[in-house]
Amino acid sequence: MGRIVIDKEECKGCYICVNACPKGLLKKSETRNEHGDYPVEFVGDEGSCIGCAMCAQSCPDVAIKEVYR
Amino acid sequence: METLVYKRPESLLKDGHFTFCPGCGHGVVLRMIAELIDEFNIQKDTIAISSVGCSIFLEKFFNLDVAGASHGRSPCVATGVKRCKPDKFVFTYQGDGDAATIGFNETIHTASRGEHITTIMINNTNFGMTGGQASATTLVGQVTTTTPMGRKPELTGYPLHAAEIVSKCDGTAYCARVAITTPAQIRKAKAALKKAFEVQLNGLGYGFVEVLAACPTNWHMTPVDSLNHIENVIEKVHPLGVFKDITGEQ
Amino acid sequence: MAKVLVKGNEAIAQAAINAGCQCYFGYPITPQSEIGEYMGAHLPKMGRVFVTAESELASINMVIGAGTTGAKAMTSSSSCGIALMQESISAMCCAEVPGVIVSVMRGGPGLGNIAPAQADYFQALKGGGNGDYKTLVLSPSTVQEAIDLTYRAFYLALKYRNPVMLLADGILGQMMEPAEFGEYPYEDPDVSTWALDGANNREPRNIVSLHMPEGAMEERTNRLFEKYQAMQENETTYEDFMLKDAKLVITAFGTVGRVAKTAIKKAREAGMKVGLFRPITLFPFPDKALHDVAENADLILDLELNKGQMLLDVRSAVFGACPVEFYGRTAGGLLTPDSIYEKICELYKKIDNKIEAGVN
Repeated sequence: MGRIVIDKEECKGCYICVNACPKGLLKKSETRNEHGDYPVEFVGDEGSCIGCAMCAQSCPDVAIKEVYR
Repeated sequence: METLVYKRPESLLKDGHFTFCPGCGHGVVLRMIAELIDEFNIQKDTIAISSVGCSIFLEKFFNLDVAGASHGRSPCVATGVKRCKPDKFVFTYQGDGDAATIGFNETIHTASRGEHITTIMINNTNFGMTGGQASATTLVGQVTTTTPMGRKPELTGYPLHAAEIVSKCDGTAYCARVAITTPAQIRKAKAALKKAFEVQLNGLGYGFVEVLAACPTNWHMTPVDSLNHIENVIEKVHPLGVFKDITGEQ
Repeated sequence: MAKVLVKGNEAIAQAAINAGCQCYFGYPITPQSEIGEYMGAHLPKMGRVFVTAESELASINMVIGAGTTGAKAMTSSSSCGIALMQESISAMCCAEVPGVIVSVMRGGPGLGNIAPAQADYFQALKGGGNGDYKTLVLSPSTVQEAIDLTYRAFYLALKYRNPVMLLADGILGQMMEPAEFGEYPYEDPDVSTWALDGANNREPRNIVSLHMPEGAMEERTNRLFEKYQAMQENETTYEDFMLKDAKLVITAFGTVGRVAKTAIKKAREAGMKVGLFRPITLFPFPDKALHDVAENADLILDLELNKGQMLLDVRSAVFGACPVEFYGRTAGGLLTPDSIYEKICELYKKIDNKIEAGVN
């Protein structure tokens, strides 16, 4: 059981986290943020995130700013 | 009851934003440095030395005192700071253009003197900020803006292997090359950085960590493809490893 | 304190130690290597820092590192070595890093030779480094003055957070004469308001020389120039030797000034009204004082061990108030009291002829 907090305005849409998430719970958003990028969004069901923080550790922009487990 | 297992480190400025291109490796390394400064609780005793290139704007990211240096000279500035403030933690943050090209003389002399400082060198095999020109670490065959047909050894020689050379300096206490291509590699990279911090904190000598990092913009690749490129191509030329560790722990 | 017989280079080194120089970073080059040797022999014993750097590029940047912590730091070099430091001297001015640079000039251009010269006036005063900046430059003419100005250099560096250069030549570096050290006479300014020592219970600080936001660099440069203006107002010094009634005024800096004095005394004995105006601070240059002197003189003779460098500042200060002549030798060629006296006689004849003809 885990949870992540994404700051979509900090996300530049590199999608390294999409590649890093072992459960495939992140995807490119269909709406742009204020900078014009398509940020990532969490698309898993509640309880599906394992709180491994691999996404946050891979993020070059600290856009995944908190991870809970 | 959920527990916080990861958060933005305190040693990064609260309202600081990384100004790098999407997928650039700098952000991951800067964040790990900030995490380690938090973990060692040395934020109040750290002086960071910036360099020239994409590595320059440390004061915009870190909640730390920062001294700037001209291109290639941050190990000298760090030497001056550390010799005057031996109880402070002093690190230089440089790229391959800075530490391995214009400033490699300074790098190896700082290592040879065994200065109690730590150098983190981001190696993305090109001059990123100026638009992707070839640097000393550029791979044979690599296309850059100054090697449009690929680096040809008969014209521009061979890539310089910074970590291997620094490891041969007697004053080097710890020297490694790491990558940040996967979460597992990122953890290893952080362990190496931690070691390079510790050798300074324990007064053992010079710590040097070369980090292979992506430059998707100048490589003309997506961020994810850039990481694969590091694993499949760059690591074959600049292999990962701990080249020296005088503490004997691996 | 009694006078001691001391070599110029060693006097500068000892004065730096007395001034509280906490660290010396340098790289050997003739004719100033004794400074580094002296520091290497003394500083470590005192628990202070001595590092032989890998180059002059490295040594000046080590000075920068030390300077950012508020420490009194120094390097020394000569001509081609100082050339290598120019980028960083510019950076020091921009980032406001204090530091003392001793430049003991040798012959140039290029590797030149190791003979005394004054051909690095432009290098010291007119940049070599990039951008709009000013280095405070002090010019001693005797070993005693080298000691006094070394003290002043450390004080001014901290007072203005600016590099200060002590511009000497190979004659002064190598000569021995009696001098008195006395005690460091200044009260140093507090550095705790800006120095880097870790962001402990305060906002983080940075001392950097890149200022990218629109307008930021111009604003900073304007502020730096206000500081240079304050230096001009507060720090300008020069020596007035027999200027009061002088018709022929010699301008000279450093050791040439003392050689000129011998010739001036001889000229005075022969009834010629000759005096010496010797700038001690080359930046800030005493241009207002020199202009006032020029207004009452018939002729200025600028003497230098180069092909005419300070000459440009002299002309600019005189600004047409009287004619300016130049006499110089370079790269080891020396100006002797006799050759200066001959030049004085030759020029004074012109002045006399004009007076006689009533065209003065």
